[in-house]
Amino acid sequence: MSMTREQVAHVARLARLDLADNELDRLAADMDAILSYVDKLNELDIDGIEPTAHAVPMENAFREDRVRPSIGTEKALVNAPAADDSCFLVPKVIE
Amino acid sequence: MSSLFEPVIGLEVHVQLTTDTKIFCGCSTEFGRTPNSQTCPVCLGLPGALPVLNRQVVENAIKAGLATNCRIAPRSVFARKNYFYPDLPKGYQISQFELPICEHGWLDIETEGRGPQRIGITRIHMEEDAGKLLHAEGEGGSRVDLNRACTPLLEIVSEPDMRSADEAIAYLKKLHQIVVYLGICDGNLEEGSFRCDANVSVRPRGQEEFGTRAELKNINSFRFIREAIDYEIERQIELIEDGGTVIQETRLFDSDKGTTRSMRGKEEAHDYRYFPDPDLLPLTVAPEWVERVRTELPELPEAKLARYQQELGLKPYDAEVLTADRKVAEYFEACLARHDNPKLCANWVQGDIQRKLNETGLAVNAIPVTPELLAGLLKRIDDKSISSNIAKQVFELIWESGKDADTIIEEKGLKQVTDSGAIEALVDEVLANCQPQVEQYRSGQTKVLGFMVGQVMKASRGKANPQLVNELLRKKLD
Repeated sequence: MSMTREQVAHVARLARLDLADNELDRLAADMDAILSYVDKLNELDIDGIEPTAHAVPMENAFREDRVRPSIGTEKALVNAPAADDSCFLVPKVIE
Repeated sequence: MSSLFEPVIGLEVHVQLTTDTKIFCGCSTEFGRTPNSQTCPVCLGLPGALPVLNRQVVENAIKAGLATNCRIAPRSVFARKNYFYPDLPKGYQISQFELPICEHGWLDIETEGRGPQRIGITRIHMEEDAGKLLHAEGEGGSRVDLNRACTPLLEIVSEPDMRSADEAIAYLKKLHQIVVYLGICDGNLEEGSFRCDANVSVRPRGQEEFGTRAELKNINSFRFIREAIDYEIERQIELIEDGGTVIQETRLFDSDKGTTRSMRGKEEAHDYRYFPDPDLLPLTVAPEWVERVRTELPELPEAKLARYQQELGLKPYDAEVLTADRKVAEYFEACLARHDNPKLCANWVQGDIQRKLNETGLAVNAIPVTPELLAGLLKRIDDKSISSNIAKQVFELIWESGKDADTIIEEKGLKQVTDSGAIEALVDEVLANCQPQVEQYRSGQTKVLGFMVGQVMKASRGKANPQLVNELLRKKLD
């Protein structure tokens, strides 16, 4: 394992993290250590074992298609950093 | 279009399902309500809220899969597709990735260019829709309405099997017809219930390998899809002929200009880091479930079309017109069930009924002339109580009054006169007044007979049986 600065920068960009230059180097080393540790799992022989997405031996939790009360516009917006009378406000999205 | 190049087209269609509630919470999916009024902690993406799958969404996905000849996966898994956008409150969309619910389907289409073709369907998966961004005028930011967030969608992905805009349209129309027939989608393109992205590339004819493709996004009418694809094919061919190379990118169709333009900036984000959603259990669909849904499927357009031709003896064109819309087909069948004359029923449904639908903009299940009333009218045509001309008048009166044909015929005294004595009197009268025509006829100009038939019909105010009039006139003249 050897994380490059570019890889760290890429992951940071995807997560919308703003990292300083010196942080890139430090995090590259940290992530390298973490990945090497996790890489130990690759030593296991997992031939013929289905990938596990869930640890609980359960499946199919359904709800029926019946309307239940919503919380309403006012409550929906109560924690919004910016809102008008019915919508969340966000910085202008350009396409 | 240069014939040195062959276009290759694959389509991704997002079908909005007509469930009452959202895919992972009990909020209503009703369209057009106050922004953010149909939200809850789940669809707002509040911390700690847990999604629970709507059973009806799965049922609808199975329907779509069966109707498009897919294999229904016994086990499928929901995954998170991670990206940031203000209409996506959780920072990820719940979708399916490695294990979608349906795979390996197909639809058969036919176009003039290449004749019948089988278009492969790679997969169908379930996912949640995002919210809606409302772009406020003037300065300031954008507004976000999350009523649509978490609304259930099916994404139906085709193989790159189409070779022209014609084929793409044929495929889309067929798919559209199927989801509407199944009753799982309202099919409204303008409101975004049926959205299409097209992957378009070109390659030198004969080359096995695909060219680089551009993805055309969210085009909301069949006409625009055709224009966007045709424009894009032309653009790529010209680019290559001028020595350029096509780059893989997302392009937006500009319906005002009829062109596509690059939508830069979204490219870098195409690293979605899918992983199984730990909040949702794997989904298993037992064979019994699939079989139950299969037995409950309505007759699909293709089967109906074949049956109308083979069993009812309708012409291909008529069968196609009648089956195009499920509700029209149902109206026709309801009428046929009460009056067993397929051709007459077909003529009236695609003639006068269709004309009225066009004039009034009403849906066929909302018109005053119900199948029962129409069948009542057709019975009187077939038993010769009224001529087809009078029937048109009666039809209008039924439409206006909602009364049945027999009542109207009785009230207005429109019953066809088949009493030969009464008709004979009219015939004699007309013959007496038409001496010149009688002479013409006897001198061999037999065409004037039509004129005299017309005069008798007029004298009877349309109620005489035309055949009888014809016979009587000939008898007297010959």
